[in-house]
Amino acid sequence: MKARVFITLKNGVLDPQGKAIHHALEGLGFSGVNDVRAGKLIELDLAEGTGDGEIEDMCRKLLANTVIENFRIERLEDA
Amino acid sequence: MNSAVIVFPGSNCDRDLAVALEQVTGRKPAMVWHKDSALPHGIDFIGVPGGFSYGDYLRSGAMAARSPIMRAVIDAAARGVPVIGICNGFQVLTEAGLLPGALMRNAALSFVCRQVPLRVENSQSLFTANYDAGEEIVFPVAHHDGNYQADEATLDRLEGEGRVAFRYLDEVNGSARRIAGILNDSGNVLGLMPHPERVIEPAHGRTDGRRLFEGLLETVAA
Repeated sequence: MKARVFITLKNGVLDPQGKAIHHALEGLGFSGVNDVRAGKLIELDLAEGTGDGEIEDMCRKLLANTVIENFRIERLEDA
Repeated sequence: MNSAVIVFPGSNCDRDLAVALEQVTGRKPAMVWHKDSALPHGIDFIGVPGGFSYGDYLRSGAMAARSPIMRAVIDAAARGVPVIGICNGFQVLTEAGLLPGALMRNAALSFVCRQVPLRVENSQSLFTANYDAGEEIVFPVAHHDGNYQADEATLDRLEGEGRVAFRYLDEVNGSARRIAGILNDSGNVLGLMPHPERVIEPAHGRTDGRRLFEGLLETVAA
């Protein structure tokens, strides 16, 4: 079973990395970009039966720093 | 004073801190590897040094904060043992939950490596007893992720409780309220981005950092 964890900065937290990407895009001539926020995608390959609670626990204990980041879990059906 | 310096893969200021501690205390600190699960007996001061533990993977300090030795450091801090986290060590202590807030990428995105003037905001702590309140000192900084951030309520609480130990006089990295170093609520844990261990002898150009360790030694020995 696979799951994806999307980690994003909370609203209002300054994102210097997103700002740099934004500037670089403008430098390449992409003028229609209003804002850029960068985050992380973590893919987990999990034992069958791993519960949502356990994945959330992983997020809170390590994958995200909940002082500054939000996380969202997406379970993927095996092909 | 028997001190311990925690060493992670990627620590690079562990030796500087050990040299500073040995000069000031007259005793070689125990160098404790991150995979150890216990501190040596009788440790009365713990230093978490600067560097790039675990290559800053995931977030600066995130992996180190979950290494086996940190459980022992957290327990020791809870018993009142003084703990200092310098630079990457500050990042590790916030990630470990020993200090509030987080250290993010510098607002100007660039690595900052220079001498910075600081103001000692609280001269009553274990770590700052040998400074005067409001005194201006200079420590070097060398970091990419030193931008201290916390929510407004936390910042207000830190200010109100005198837990901002050091503040930058100039803009350095985008830190909220120019915070350079903070204390935990019981005052025995200090995290700061600047490096006091790099200004302890005349050959360093300045000795402003020496009084931090001397003050600590006097307090711990008393």
